[in-house]
Amino acid sequence: MIFPLVWRVLPGPTALKVLELLVLLVAIVFVLFTWVFPWIAADILPPPDGTVDSTPHP
Amino acid sequence: MTSHDTMPSRHDARDDDGTERPRRRRPRQTVGGALVALLAELLIIAGAGTGLYVVWTAWWTDVVAVNEQSKLVQTLDQPEPKKIVGTERRDAAPVLSEPPGLSTVFGTMQIPRFGSDYNRPIGEGTDREKVLNTIGLGHYQDTAMPGAEGNFAVAGHRVTYGKPLNQIADLKPGDPIVVRVTDAKTKFDVWYVYKVTDSQIVTPDHIETIAPVPNKPGVAPSAEDRWLTLTACHPMWSAAQRYIVHAKMDYWMQASDGTPKELTEAAK
Repeated sequence: MIFPLVWRVLPGPTALKVLELLVLLVAIVFVLFTWVFPWIAADILPPPDGTVDSTPHP
Repeated sequence: MTSHDTMPSRHDARDDDGTERPRRRRPRQTVGGALVALLAELLIIAGAGTGLYVVWTAWWTDVVAVNEQSKLVQTLDQPEPKKIVGTERRDAAPVLSEPPGLSTVFGTMQIPRFGSDYNRPIGEGTDREKVLNTIGLGHYQDTAMPGAEGNFAVAGHRVTYGKPLNQIADLKPGDPIVVRVTDAKTKFDVWYVYKVTDSQIVTPDHIETIAPVPNKPGVAPSAEDRWLTLTACHPMWSAAQRYIVHAKMDYWMQASDGTPKELTEAAK
């Protein structure tokens, strides 16, 4: 469904498609590492921070 | 048996025209089948995304933070440590006043047990984003500064973001923890050598572990009470408990005078 669609949408011969696919994957990983994961870590799944304090921890 | 009988005829049809097979297969996919295929693909994407998130937290945050932290050590403009061992002094130590506000880097911490190249910056405050995730080690605001009477309390990540206190559980009584406080503007540059006394595991609400006299809240520190406390999460990857290490100051030394023997020995 999704993967065949992406493959069909990418223009050019097979070799070019493979290259485009790699560029696309790198772009996706970059967006995730730069914006999406820091946001998840800060707002949704904060990692343990190792401090002691009197306020209750979530 | 009868279904087998249809096979040869289909076989013939494909022989006539090679493109017939793919065209015939496509209409066979039912709506349910398409949904299952879509679900399978979404699960693959979700799995890959989750895997990437683990890679990001466990590896990439370390790569970024270790790089950042070694740059922060440079910003202190600490002179290269002297090759000679300086005079150990046990009189009242010079103390830098606590920097105002969050995230000022005022010193470094070296722990030979964590490796001779272990040298991390210490920032003011324990704010997760502004200090712990970037600078690494964070000084609890309003606790004592190094060398002062009271408790110099420091928090740090045990995993992720450079994991400055990853090996905290390896510390044993007597292990040296060397703090160097530097203020290039006022030419303040002093070593403080603490020795580990004990460790404990508590729930995160045990703030008496960072009291001026550890575990004796309300007691005023005497000249003998120059403590250092490290706090990190426990068990690893969990926020359920805290691993606490206490250390007591042994001596101090002007950085211009020499280098503590604990560091020159560790470097060999």
